[in-house]
Amino acid sequence: MKYAYFPGCSLHSTAREYDRSAKEVALALGIELAEIPDWICCGATPAHITMQLLSIALPVKNLLLAKKMEACEVVTCCAACFNRLKTANKFMKQRGEEQLKIEKILGEPYRGEVEVRHFLDVLVNVFGSKNLETRVIKRLKGLKVASYYGCLLNRLKDVTGLDDEEEPRMIDDLMEVLGAEAVKWPYKTECCGASFSLTKTDVVLKLSGDILQMAYDEGAQAIVVACPMCQSNLDIRQAMVNKKYKKNFNMPIIYFTQLVALALGVEMKKLGFEKHMVDPRPLLKEKEIIFSKA
Amino acid sequence: MKIGVFICHCGTNISATVDVEKVAQVTSKLAKVHFSTTYLYMCSNPGQELIKKAIKEKGLDRIVVCSCSPSLHEKTFRKCAEEAGINPYLVEIANIREHCSWVHRDKKEATLKAIDIVRLAVAKVSRDKPLVKTYVPIEKRVLIIGGGISGIQSAIDIAFAKYPVTIVERESSIGGRMARFDKTFPTLDCAACILTPKMVTVSQSQYVTIYTCSEIEEVSGHVGDFKVKIRKRARSVDINKCTGCGACYAKCPVKVSAKFDMNLGLRKAIYVPFPQAVPNVPVIDRQNCLWFSAKNASGGTKKACGLCKKICNFGAIDYDMQDEIIEEKFGAIIVATGFTQFDHSVYGEYGYGKYKDVVTGLHFERMASSSGPTGGKIIRPSDGKEARDVVFIQCVGSRDEQKGVPYCSRICCMYTAKHALLLKEHNKDAQAYVFYIDIRAAGKNYEEFVKKVQDEYGAIYLRGRVSRIFEKGGKIIVRGADTLSGAQIEIKADLVVLATGLIARPETVKLAQMLHIPYDQNRLFTEAHPKLAPVETVTSGIFLTGACQSPKDIPDSVATASAASVKALGLLLQDKLEKEPLIAKVDRNLCSGCRACVVACPFNAIDMKEIEDRALKCKRDVAEVVEGVCTGCGNCTVVCRMSAIDIEGFSNRQIMEEIEAL
Repeated sequence: MKYAYFPGCSLHSTAREYDRSAKEVALALGIELAEIPDWICCGATPAHITMQLLSIALPVKNLLLAKKMEACEVVTCCAACFNRLKTANKFMKQRGEEQLKIEKILGEPYRGEVEVRHFLDVLVNVFGSKNLETRVIKRLKGLKVASYYGCLLNRLKDVTGLDDEEEPRMIDDLMEVLGAEAVKWPYKTECCGASFSLTKTDVVLKLSGDILQMAYDEGAQAIVVACPMCQSNLDIRQAMVNKKYKKNFNMPIIYFTQLVALALGVEMKKLGFEKHMVDPRPLLKEKEIIFSKA
Repeated sequence: MKIGVFICHCGTNISATVDVEKVAQVTSKLAKVHFSTTYLYMCSNPGQELIKKAIKEKGLDRIVVCSCSPSLHEKTFRKCAEEAGINPYLVEIANIREHCSWVHRDKKEATLKAIDIVRLAVAKVSRDKPLVKTYVPIEKRVLIIGGGISGIQSAIDIAFAKYPVTIVERESSIGGRMARFDKTFPTLDCAACILTPKMVTVSQSQYVTIYTCSEIEEVSGHVGDFKVKIRKRARSVDINKCTGCGACYAKCPVKVSAKFDMNLGLRKAIYVPFPQAVPNVPVIDRQNCLWFSAKNASGGTKKACGLCKKICNFGAIDYDMQDEIIEEKFGAIIVATGFTQFDHSVYGEYGYGKYKDVVTGLHFERMASSSGPTGGKIIRPSDGKEARDVVFIQCVGSRDEQKGVPYCSRICCMYTAKHALLLKEHNKDAQAYVFYIDIRAAGKNYEEFVKKVQDEYGAIYLRGRVSRIFEKGGKIIVRGADTLSGAQIEIKADLVVLATGLIARPETVKLAQMLHIPYDQNRLFTEAHPKLAPVETVTSGIFLTGACQSPKDIPDSVATASAASVKALGLLLQDKLEKEPLIAKVDRNLCSGCRACVVACPFNAIDMKEIEDRALKCKRDVAEVVEGVCTGCGNCTVVCRMSAIDIEGFSNRQIMEEIEAL
């Protein structure tokens, strides 16, 4: 199984632990992730609120680069990258003046032929949950998590085609395969505030605070995410939420890849837990999922 | 041959885009055209007089009227020609409005196209043959499909005129949706109190036959002579022997959810859906009845129940009853099949239909009804506690092109207002919140009613959509926007009532195919004309009433029911029916007897007949058209390899003449 890997900016910076853990999971399962050479911005928020042309041309440039590789499908971990690449594909499958313009700018024809997958999709649907289950060495018993999907992973349904828009189950099911318990909660697809983190921090504190509160109320010990933006808002801003709303949240925000890696027996220190603001390690130790000194 | 060409301005409908004078001038020079003129409104009385005068004075023997679609005024001009003494089938319509002026902008090109259209019609009319109308007798009985308020009202009207009428109802009682309502807006009379007298009236009328537990199986024939097969499903109770004493369902040991009560209450396996049922005869639900499940169980190990049969003093219980097919003839059919509720389980934001305390308006009706499953208490289905804070959400499924239907369901604003009022009347501590997009209260005393609910009953109206509903701590949390104040709202509700839209029943398509009547993209039956023929269909003799045509409230349903009855009675009052002679005709000399036309005919209007062929000195089979059944659709002419079949008025020769004229 070989994929053209599109990390995107977050996974090379704020979400390095997502990148590392995804690669560890891939290695353990024999999935080859070949990084797209010279990849550029996927066109997330700044581009697509600026101009449509740019927001399509940027991802298409990446897809054209991927097309030249041996791998026929692109895989990405970032929900925003996934959404932009998928949107670009859907757009380029139609035919009109806009499409011709983009082809002219990029100097190559493109009709949305490069398939794009989220790493979650690769694990659950391509590698398969059943196969994955047989590879689990360390079951995550006793760990109660809230699966949080955010806004970009499953919307719009006819663009991403991944899971249900309002009541997704992919991460929940995956967690159960790993032996963890996915709590029932209603905020799976609520907005975390996304890229307003810097410009309208207050809004993010309110929205992310609500999500943390709901996860806590429904008995979750950690929140599992599949998007670097969600992770950073819920993790980095948690201290500010506590301060502003006089709360005492100590809720680790963990990437699904980190938990999959642990379950597959990957060494804890390879997974970048030290990069989290809310350290997940005490919880994981308490649940006897990890043992070494933190 | 002297052809007259009459070009209509249609006010400016045609003349604004088509140079009508030029059309008159050019077409007057066509071969066989003897006279050509224009007029402002050719369909008006002076316009028709002009045609008649020209026919007489110029000695015209066939005419072309260049105007609107033949579906509008072909009849008008045929009659006009007939009055002037020429055969009405020597008239052709050149449609230069819908096919030309309305769809073009460039006057020069539109004029050229109009000339071409007239040229075709002139070519066709030159090959027209005088035809004679035929007449068919009328079966003086009406079939009504559906026994809701629409069907009941239609039956009452027709029976009042002393014509026999048959209601076919799928359920075990007539009454339809209205029987399930508590009160009716805007006057708040109790639905049962105004409906049951009507149900009793039809059931007691000597002119009305009611088939319950019945469905239409097959329809053939045509106006005046519809042959209908009706399947009477086995009720397992003899309707003639049963006295409605109720001993059977008192004794029946099986309890299942009652569909009539929106599964909020229980009924027995032998049951009447509601106390005022007509006929007041129970039905056995064979799926849940112990006698039938024992009988169907493999090996017959289970002990059969049979209590109802033992208890019945009148020997009315009949486990061996079979479905029965009845064949009857009717002159006219009124379709009153009603609607069904939109299924809100497509909305993830409302919980995909999984939350027990998120219900529909019909659930609310049953709860509000004093004879309903909760005895008139508005409760939370999850725990049976009385609901205090109730959120109503309007436009669920309606006005939603993505997941629902694009149209407005028309009655939800009113029934939601009524629910908000009833809530307060049932529990004075309760509070209603209504999320709405617009309030559409167009009807007599409707707006006043909504105002009253807001002002006197304290219902809080919030203009905006609900983005999410979820359960938390035993409450239903409703989050939404109030677009008037620009605020986000979160309400901790006990109960949420969704005003789910009215949609076509799933069986609509099958019924439409049986009846040969069209339906639209929303599977609602299509009226013959949206303004001028709202209760007719394009198939003559078949009429529409109630919500099967579009969402309607009770007053509108009753009004269309009476309208449809008048239309049906108008038909029955005729001695015989005129039938258009524009039907298929077989040239026996050419027919090879291949039977391709027999297969192609959707109406079974072609039989094979043995004839003595004198030229070949043998007997052979040829096709023969059953005149009363043929609709002139033309399928047979297309498949005929020998070109032996022609449609009168649309013959192969005429079509060729038109093509050659271009």
